Amino acid sequence: MAIVAEPQQPDLREPAGWRRTSNRIATWLMVLAFVLVIIPLGFVLFTVIAKGVSIISWSFLTSGPIPPIVLPASVGGLGPAVLGTIEITALATVLAVPLGILGAVYLNEYGGKGPLARLIGFMADVMTGVPSIIMGLFIFAIWVLHFGYSGLAGALALGCLMLPVVIRSTDEMLKLVPDPLREASYALGATKARVTVTVVLPAAIGGIVSGALLAVARAAGETAPLIFTILGGTSVANTNVFKGANTALPLQIFSNATQPYTGAQARAWGAALALIAIAFILMIAARLVTARFTRYSR
Amino acid sequence: MSTVVKADPVGPAGSARPLSERRPLGDRGFQVLTLACGLLVLVILVLIAVSTTQQSTSWFSAEGLKIFTNNWNPAANQFGALAFIYGTIITAIIALVIAVPVSLGVALLLTEVVPYRWARPIVTVIDLLAVVPSVVWGLWGILVFAPWIQHIYASIGSGVNGIPVLGSLFGPPTSGASFFTAGIILAFMITPIVTSLSREVIATVPAIDKEGAYALGATRLEMIRGAVWPHSQGGVVGAVLLGLGRAMGETIAVALVIGSSPVITSHLFAPGYNMPAVIANQFGEASGEFRAALMGIGVLLFVFTIIINVIARWIVERSARRKRGA
Repeated sequence: MAIVAEPQQPDLREPAGWRRTSNRIATWLMVLAFVLVIIPLGFVLFTVIAKGVSIISWSFLTSGPIPPIVLPASVGGLGPAVLGTIEITALATVLAVPLGILGAVYLNEYGGKGPLARLIGFMADVMTGVPSIIMGLFIFAIWVLHFGYSGLAGALALGCLMLPVVIRSTDEMLKLVPDPLREASYALGATKARVTVTVVLPAAIGGIVSGALLAVARAAGETAPLIFTILGGTSVANTNVFKGANTALPLQIFSNATQPYTGAQARAWGAALALIAIAFILMIAARLVTARFTRYSR
Repeated sequence: MSTVVKADPVGPAGSARPLSERRPLGDRGFQVLTLACGLLVLVILVLIAVSTTQQSTSWFSAEGLKIFTNNWNPAANQFGALAFIYGTIITAIIALVIAVPVSLGVALLLTEVVPYRWARPIVTVIDLLAVVPSVVWGLWGILVFAPWIQHIYASIGSGVNGIPVLGSLFGPPTSGASFFTAGIILAFMITPIVTSLSREVIATVPAIDKEGAYALGATRLEMIRGAVWPHSQGGVVGAVLLGLGRAMGETIAVALVIGSSPVITSHLFAPGYNMPAVIANQFGEASGEFRAALMGIGVLLFVFTIIINVIARWIVERSARRKRGA
């Protein structure tokens, strides 16, 4: 009866033996996974910068025409490709961003939880997974076969790629705008369109712009859709974005990458550095916009 | 869509007209405009299916089921696409085998191990990986990576030559531009999306489950196995499927490093071909039935990726909804 059990002291130290070892191993494997991500990224960035810096210059980026592949790197520049990339990406942005924002407004402000809005939202997600080459084939089939190769056709293909991305990122941002803001403007007698345009969209503008910038960054580097829509192969600048074959930085890299001539390869590295610089600048701009103009975040 | 509430007939005269009838034209016009933009997504998807199928009917009708034979010889008007389908599957599997463990490791590192202020720079690195364009991966792959890894392939190949299974997988012939190189490059390219989606899924695991596991004395690994994994396995499977869809559709990097040889072989270090790469490489010189065949390969690719994406999104959405409900 009077047996008093010795109170057991709980062992609060880290468990010993295999449990501790396996936990350590798992943590180190996670760190190793991150290292495995850094190595190729660092390797690619180092190579592109090291090989690109020696050729890239203001005249390389602006002068043309693009020299034939056999000529050394010191001759001529990729001005026409830079111009083509800017023309086509800008036109794609003008086409896709407003449509994407309006589509997101429908999903969030009008469609709500209805079946049509849910279907459109789901299909927009699915559409982000459609390979870019399919967009090129699609524009080739409905546009290029009838109207010929042009910068506009390339912009349509890139626009199709950007549209679902813009819809999704804008939709996320509109969801964050608090309802009392909308209700306050309704109480002042504003119509739904006016509430959306003057209250909801400005409240979310930081996130919308940064999402659009990221979509542009992805589109500017796309190659596959352009093969079927702007053709490439032109060496002189084509300032008319609506007519005639055009060229772009990614296409120059693609066609030069398999050439045995050092001049062609050097130009490809220079174009790759320019392309990565464009993408990084857009990405940093997106971060700055997010930091400066975001009012509501998760 | 909206239900019109009938005004009470005995109410004051001024409120007899329902509010919905008083919406100005501009307001309703704006609603229609946004609806049209939303429907654009569905319209484009339908148009993709219709227009590309229309351009490839001659291939489907001329070859019938022979499109699934291993017989690609445009000069002799023979367009069997099996080698490309095989290459697509093989390269995607190699990419997943490499990318999925790495992505899960980084996602767990971000959510369970490092403090918040370290997570930001790690996410930035993953984002940087995502914005490197496909063609830059291809350029680096063919000019730098393939010549370097060629020697490793060659030594592995001579080492396992003659051993039953390993010999037929990794034995000679070996080449820098090969299925395996394409798979590695694809793994780099799909890691960001698999990581960020897995991370989102893992972040929804309730803190109380994790704390419960720790309170029972679990180590971090045991907590991950007991609390995190059962909650997030569905979403992670969805993320992996989305990565598979990306890996199957990536074009330019693969077109540059896969070696462009339409063969079906078990040798992973040998040059091969896949669906997007053959379209990108051969479309320029194609016309007539050749072009229809390439379009048709595009249609098959579209169908494959749409099916995978629909399943993946459905899984991700369902697991996200269950988490919100819980």
